[in-house]
Amino acid sequence: MPVFEYAPAPESRAVVDIAPSYGMFIDGEFAEAGDGKVFKTLSPSSEEVLSEVAQAGVEDVDRAVKAARKAFETWSALPGSERAKYLFRIARIIQERSRELAVLESLDNGKPIRESRDADLPLVAAHFFYYAGWADKLAYAGYGPDPKPLGVAGQIIPWNFPLLMLAWKIAPALACGNTVVLKPAETTPLSALFFADICRQAGLPKGVVNIVTGDGSTGAELVAHPGIDKVAFTGSTEVGKAIARTVAGTKKKVTLELGGKAANIVFDDAPIDQAVEGIVGGIFFNQGHVCCAGSRLLVQESVQDELLDALKRRMSTLRVGDPLDKNTGIGAINSAEQLARIRALADAGEAEGAERWAPQCELPSSGYWFAPTLFTGVTQAHRIAREEIFGPVLSVLTFRTPEEAVAKANNTPYGLSAGIWTEKGSRILWMANKLRAGVVWSNTFNKFDPASPFGGYKESGYGREGGRHGLEAYLDV
Amino acid sequence: MPTTVPAYGKEAAERLASMADVTASDGALRRFLHGLPGVDAVGLQARAATLGTRSIKTTAKAYAIDLAISMIDLTTLEGADTPGKVRALCAKGIHPDPTDRTTPKVAAICVYGDMVATAKEALTGSGIHVAAVATAFPSGRASLPVKLADTRDAVAAGADEIDMVIDRGAFLSGRYLEVFEEIRQVKEACVREDGSGTAAHLKVIFETGELQTYDNVRRASWLAMLAGADFIKTSTGKVAVNATPPVTLVLLEAVRDFRATTGVQVGVKPAGGIRTSKDAIKYLVMVNETLGDEWLSPEWFRFGASSLLNDLLMQRQKLSTGRYSGPDYVTVD
Repeated sequence: MPVFEYAPAPESRAVVDIAPSYGMFIDGEFAEAGDGKVFKTLSPSSEEVLSEVAQAGVEDVDRAVKAARKAFETWSALPGSERAKYLFRIARIIQERSRELAVLESLDNGKPIRESRDADLPLVAAHFFYYAGWADKLAYAGYGPDPKPLGVAGQIIPWNFPLLMLAWKIAPALACGNTVVLKPAETTPLSALFFADICRQAGLPKGVVNIVTGDGSTGAELVAHPGIDKVAFTGSTEVGKAIARTVAGTKKKVTLELGGKAANIVFDDAPIDQAVEGIVGGIFFNQGHVCCAGSRLLVQESVQDELLDALKRRMSTLRVGDPLDKNTGIGAINSAEQLARIRALADAGEAEGAERWAPQCELPSSGYWFAPTLFTGVTQAHRIAREEIFGPVLSVLTFRTPEEAVAKANNTPYGLSAGIWTEKGSRILWMANKLRAGVVWSNTFNKFDPASPFGGYKESGYGREGGRHGLEAYLDV
Repeated sequence: MPTTVPAYGKEAAERLASMADVTASDGALRRFLHGLPGVDAVGLQARAATLGTRSIKTTAKAYAIDLAISMIDLTTLEGADTPGKVRALCAKGIHPDPTDRTTPKVAAICVYGDMVATAKEALTGSGIHVAAVATAFPSGRASLPVKLADTRDAVAAGADEIDMVIDRGAFLSGRYLEVFEEIRQVKEACVREDGSGTAAHLKVIFETGELQTYDNVRRASWLAMLAGADFIKTSTGKVAVNATPPVTLVLLEAVRDFRATTGVQVGVKPAGGIRTSKDAIKYLVMVNETLGDEWLSPEWFRFGASSLLNDLLMQRQKLSTGRYSGPDYVTVD
């Protein structure tokens, strides 16, 4: 009996034109680094060099901040409705160029085209549309009759959702009248530079958006620069702490979106098939490179076997491979460094006695790959239950009562998100009140909407992005 | 009453018999059906939609099209049906594309009971089954003796498969045991009275458009399988809402779980409203990723359709010639 094999269905690379080298974007112009330094950006699925990008130094950051400062005078003085026009225009251009941007994002990041096309890009456009709508209604946002922008925002974003994190940062900042200097992640700078081109296409005044590319040292320069009024960072807790130390004692405002170790809690009355989908989407979406990933599955003991059987069966149908194939569900790990970290933590899980399971799947020979992996027999004391892995690795723990589920879910240094799976509405509300997490999803997971605030407790950071609450981070309140 | 010969193994029969207590009373059956895990509508629809975005190209598409053709229950259920119309449909079922004899034949011809003999004769030697709708199709509004007589009549005329409708009124008012009994008795009526000890395959139609909720669809699936259904089928094709991908997904998940529990494998048939190759391929993807190879054959999965075949044939011609033809390059019947 023949099997139903899906023939390759690759999305064309021809829709995106990647130049051999890119400068950074300062005051409306692309410019090389002052000292001419560059670094390469790779496609993680093939290790192919995609382009060379400028490594911004101290003077480059300074130029960018000064350009933003200058532009702030006129940008903040514009009526909100005028700023909205630019944001709406940017949103529409993003929609028009979404296929090109999705392919670019998949090439540079390694994420499957299904996700960049169906999740990332629609959300990017939606964020610009959403905050464009707020630009002339700030007086009604609940922060006083005439809230003022902060000034120049220094923004640093991670490599997991390069363009989406850019949208989360830039859209509210601009809507509120701030100007920005944004540093994309070292491994995924390209979509931010394409966004710079979109800003020019939209006729955005010079200096309102500046993009400096580089590694952690560039980010550190930006955070320490005396000319910025606000730091917004999404990334690791470790770097977040360093940023908090740097800005301590200054007048700079800070918002941090850091790591997570979310609990996805499944009760015995849960809709099992949908819960399995939610668990898979919760941890394997974007190769698990999601700060709010449901990396700890807390399952009620009475349905443990049934649920794990279903989960393993479902994991066996996950398709790992070429990110540009439209049928791929799991793409490449973003970098060699990240792959090493995932491997080290998974090995630690095994060494500490948890049972490791992964479906049979052939991984490509070049590029950075890690099969979707499940650990059973995990306890709160295991490293894989405590540390953020940021990869496709799920740790399964069990509980017996709702109280125990709450206690275990909250027993973590993090508090970004959580999921509850039960058919009992009263239990959802009861749990949601008890869980110390910024976002609690019920009977779903990893759902994002520009109107919904996002942010964490404890070591997951402070401040909120998205929604009306997200405006506060960019207003003088 | 003759007893049915189980088509499955002894062990499976024993496991199924061990579940007899759940059908011992109306209360027990209700507790069992309502104790099944719920279906979250939003999650279900999202999953069905995701499966619908698979990109099936080249060799995979050619394989899927041929598989879909071989799974069709080519159907005519009109008041105006004549022997001539049925014979034409049978001829088409045997050679769907007269210009290309490599085209697979369909799985069955589905007709009203009075057309069974005509179809049976026209299909002699082809290996194509004759399926008959019975039990006061499509409404199911008749007394049980009438429904049983309807079934026996079709079986006696030579039907290989019986498509019965459940009493949705009884189901919706919670008289689950009544529905169960009805299916069980129709199943017994499927046994051929020629002493061969064989029986027509029983397909149980839920009319999911009338059951409204996915929880109901899931319960109806288990109810029918417990009562001995060989196939579970979404709809009659005679109401406003027929087969949809989410509803079919519930059926697929139910047969998967039922086999895990009892060892008995049951087939699935979405019917009504599936008109394009693109849609059919989406259903095959659902079967593939929910149940896998074991269900990817006409023995375990069918499409109830009348107009789907022509679209599949046109797509097939496109793949072999590289050009789109048109409706006049396939037969109208």
